[in-house]
Amino acid sequence: MQINHDLVRGLERLLGRDRVLSSREDLLLYEYDGSVEEARPQCVVFPRSTDEVLGIVRLANQFKTPMVGRGAGTGLSGGALAREGGVMIVFSQMNRILEIDYENRRAVVQPGVVNAELSRAVAHAGLHFAPDPSSQKACTIGGNVSENSGGPHTLAYGVTTNHVLAMKLVMPTGETVSIGGAAVDAPGYDLPGLFVGSEGTFALVTEITVKLTPLAEAVKTLLAIFDSIDDTTETVADFTARGITPAACEMLDGWTLRAVEAYVHAGFPLDCAAVLLLEVDGVRESVEAQAKDVAEICTAHHAREVRVARDAAERDLLWKGRKNAFGAVGRICPTYYVQDGVIPRTKLPATLRRIEEIGKKYRLEIGNIFHAGDGNLHPLIMFDARDAEQFKRVVSAADEIIQYCITAGGAITGEHGVGMEKDRLMPLLFSEAELGLMRSVRDAFNPAGLLNPGKIFPSGKGCGETRIRPLPIAGSASR
Amino acid sequence: MSAPAKIAASRLADIVGEQNTSLEPSELAAYQAGGVTPSGVARPGSAEEVAELVRMAGAENLALIATGARTKLEMGLPPQRYDIAVDMTRLDRVAAYDPGDLTLGVEPGCGLAKLQSVLAEHRQFLPLAVPYFRRTTVGGTIATGVDSPLRQIFGTSRDYILGMEFVTGEGVAAKSGGRVVKNVTGYDLHKLMIGALGTLGIMTKINFRTFPLPAESRAFVARFESSKSAFEMRDRVVESPLAPSTIEIFSPQAADLFASEAAARFEARPIAGDLLSPKHWAFTSGFAGNEAVLARCERDLRAMAERCRATGVTVLGQDQIAGAFGRKREFLPIALESSVATAVLKIGVLPRKMNEAVTIAARSADEHGVRWAVMARGLGVIYFVLLPEARDENARGRVAAIAENIMAAVAGLDGHATIPWCPREWKSSLPVWGRTRGDFSQMAKLKKLFDPRNILAPGRFVGGL
Repeated sequence: MQINHDLVRGLERLLGRDRVLSSREDLLLYEYDGSVEEARPQCVVFPRSTDEVLGIVRLANQFKTPMVGRGAGTGLSGGALAREGGVMIVFSQMNRILEIDYENRRAVVQPGVVNAELSRAVAHAGLHFAPDPSSQKACTIGGNVSENSGGPHTLAYGVTTNHVLAMKLVMPTGETVSIGGAAVDAPGYDLPGLFVGSEGTFALVTEITVKLTPLAEAVKTLLAIFDSIDDTTETVADFTARGITPAACEMLDGWTLRAVEAYVHAGFPLDCAAVLLLEVDGVRESVEAQAKDVAEICTAHHAREVRVARDAAERDLLWKGRKNAFGAVGRICPTYYVQDGVIPRTKLPATLRRIEEIGKKYRLEIGNIFHAGDGNLHPLIMFDARDAEQFKRVVSAADEIIQYCITAGGAITGEHGVGMEKDRLMPLLFSEAELGLMRSVRDAFNPAGLLNPGKIFPSGKGCGETRIRPLPIAGSASR
Repeated sequence: MSAPAKIAASRLADIVGEQNTSLEPSELAAYQAGGVTPSGVARPGSAEEVAELVRMAGAENLALIATGARTKLEMGLPPQRYDIAVDMTRLDRVAAYDPGDLTLGVEPGCGLAKLQSVLAEHRQFLPLAVPYFRRTTVGGTIATGVDSPLRQIFGTSRDYILGMEFVTGEGVAAKSGGRVVKNVTGYDLHKLMIGALGTLGIMTKINFRTFPLPAESRAFVARFESSKSAFEMRDRVVESPLAPSTIEIFSPQAADLFASEAAARFEARPIAGDLLSPKHWAFTSGFAGNEAVLARCERDLRAMAERCRATGVTVLGQDQIAGAFGRKREFLPIALESSVATAVLKIGVLPRKMNEAVTIAARSADEHGVRWAVMARGLGVIYFVLLPEARDENARGRVAAIAENIMAAVAGLDGHATIPWCPREWKSSLPVWGRTRGDFSQMAKLKKLFDPRNILAPGRFVGGL
C-alpha cells in the first residue's frame, strides 16, 4: 500500500513529527508481533490521549485508510498487525495508571500500561491484577483486553474478561463511548463482555477499569516429576475429576524442559518425561492440606518425585523457567510454530498421545508446554526455516492437531486469539450463518471496516493457502 | 381472538404439534407478562422448532416471549406486543454432563433444582442460589440475570457460562463460545443473552463450568445496632485473608418479612430462632474449607464482629444451614408478596459506598412514609425494597419520589439503580431501567441486529428495547 502523504502530514500536524513514523526502516519493527505473521503499516502513530486517538480515527476515516491498535506487539496471532496496511496506533505512550481505588479494589488504566506494572504498583497493598500472561513483563493491559488474555493463574482466577468492569472506547466511526461501570451490574446488555476479546475489531480502547484481586495469604509451589507423559496427563485429569483446582497447573514435557533448564538453570530434572508445575494458594490453614492432596494424587499416578519450593526464591526460579520457556526453546531451535487449541480435561491423555503420533507421522519434533489444568495446549512444532518440504509437513501436522481438538469437543484458540493466523480455521467450528452473525456484529460497530480489517474471519481465498511462515530468531521471545 | 393469532393457530400446530399448542384463554392467562396476555402458546421440543417458530413469527409479524417456569415475567417493562408464548419447558434435557471435566450443557427449560440434584450426585453444583429456586428454570434464571449470594467468590453467570446455542430474531440458530473452560474463538455473543430478558435471542442450550461442592461449610451471622456497623463488618471481612463464599446484609425489617405467612409459600422452614432480629441489622456470611480453615474463619469473624460492636453472633454448622437459612434465598419473592404494591430497587454502587447509599435510600423512604427493607450483597449490590400500604396513585407518587431521590444520589456515587419489579400500572411513569446511559446507542445497534423485526419480547428491556 502506498503512503498517503496528505494523511501523514495530517497526523504530523495532530501529534507532532516525533510521534509519527513513516520511513521504511522505522516501519520495519512494526511488521511483526509474537506470531509468525507479518504485514507492514503505512505509518505508525503514538497518541497520548483519548482526544488524540479520536483525531487519528477521524483522519483515517477522512482518507478511508485502515487502522489497527497495538500495545507491546507480543500477540501470538497477528491481532496487532496492519494486515491491510494503513495507520498503526501504538499505545505505548498511553501508559499511565490513572487511578487506584484500594478500598474498592479497582484501578483505571490507560491501555499501554504493562500488565506486570499494575500488579507491581498495587503489591504494597496486598493486591494484584490477576490475569498473568507469560509475556506479562512486556504485554499491555490494552492488548490483554483485546485478546481476552489468560495465563497460568487464570485456572483459578479467571481470564481478562472476568476482571474488566468498564472501558472508554473510541469507535471507528469517530466518537467516544463509555461502557460498563465501576459499580457491578451496569444495566443493559453486557457490552464489556462482548468487547473484551473482540481482537480490536470493534473499537479502540483508551481507558480500562479493572478489578484488583487480593494476593493470597499463603502460596505453595510444587514440582511433580514423571517418567511417563501418560501418568502426567492422567494426574491432571484426576485433579479435575476430584474437584481439586490448584491456582496453577502447568505441564512441561521432557524436551522443552531440557531446553528450559539449559537457559534458566532452575534445577529441572533432565531425564524425565514431563513435569507438572503446580501452585496452591489461599488461607494458611488450607494451603498445607491442598499441597498434601495434590502431592498424594501425583504420587498415586507414579510421580517419581514431588518437590516443594522452600522459599520465594525457589518459587520464582521455577516460574521463571515456565514463563521463559518459549524463549528457551528459541535458543535451541530458532523456528517453531505454536498452537493454542483447547480440549476437555478428560481428553488430555488421549490428546497428548495423538500429538505424539502426529509428530511421528510427519517426522517432526513437537514440544508441549501448556496450561494443563485448563486443557489449553501449546504444542510447539520445531522446524528448519530453510526446508520448504519440511514446512509443508509442519502445516499438515498443525492442522491435524487442531482437527483433533475440535473432534474432542474443544476449540481452536484458548488465549492467543484468532487474528490473521487462525481465520482460515474458523469454519471448522462455526457455520456460515454463525460467522455471518459475528461479522454483522463487527460491522455494526465498525461499519466501514476500517478498524483492524482482515482478522478473525476467513478471507474466502482457497483454503489450501496458508500464511504460516517460519518465525525469525525467537531467543528473546517470552510467552 | 385477534386476527394475527388466528393465522398462528394452525401454523403453531404445524411446527410443534397439536398437543403442544394451546389457545385456551384459561391456560393463556398463566403466560401473562406485564399484564399482557398472549393469544397462543407453543411448546417446542427442539432448537429447530424454536427456530421455525421464530421464522414463522417474523413472517406473520407476531411477537414472542420465551417462558420457563414463569416466575419472573413481571420483571422489566411490559412488552409492547406479545402474541405467542414460547414455553421452553419441554427443552429440559441435561444434554451433556462431563463430571470429570466439570462442564455441563443443559437445555434452558430444565428446572434449576432438578439440575442441582443431578450435579449433587457427583458432588458438584452451580453457584446459583437464586430466588424461586424450587420452581425456576435454568433459562429463566440466566435470561433475567437474577444474582446469587455466591457471586462473592464464584462471580456471576457470565463468569462460568462457557457458551450457548440460541436462535436470533431472524430465526437463525447460532452458537458462540463452546464447552471448554478457556476459549477465545470468535466473539462472546452469548454474554449478551445473560439478563437480556429474551430481547436478543431465545437460548436453546447453555454450557456451564460446574464446581465441586465444598467438603464442609458454615454460616456466620452477626447482629448490629446500625447499618454502619454491619457494613463496617463487611469491610473488615473483605480486607481480611478470609475468602467467604457469600456476604449479605439484611436490614431489621427483613426479619419480619421472613417470618410472614407469605414466606412459608416459598420455603416451608422458617429462619431459625434469633438468627435475624427485627431490631438489628444482620451481617451474614458463608464460608467453606477444611476443619482448620473453618475454625480460623470462625475465630477471626468473631473477633471482627466484636470490634464492630456486634450485639450477638451465631454460627451454623453445615447440617443446619439449609434448614435454618433456606428462606434467605427467597428474600425477593417474599418481599413481592409482602405488600400489595412492592417495588424493588436494585442499586449498584462501589462496595464502600453501600452504607451511604442505604442511608440515603432509607431516609428518603422514611420521609415519604413508605415501609422498606434491605438485602445487600458484599460486592456492591443493594436490593432496596419498598412496601407501600396501598396500590394507588398516592403510593405511586411516593415511590416515584423515593426512586428519583435514590437514582440522583447513586449517580453521584458512581453507581446506578433500576426498578426490576413494581406494580405494572406504575411502570410507564417510573424510571424502571434507571437513567439513560451513554452506551444506549450501542445496545440499540445490537437489538436491531439480532432482532431486526422487533419480535422478541419487544419493549421489555432497557430504554424500551
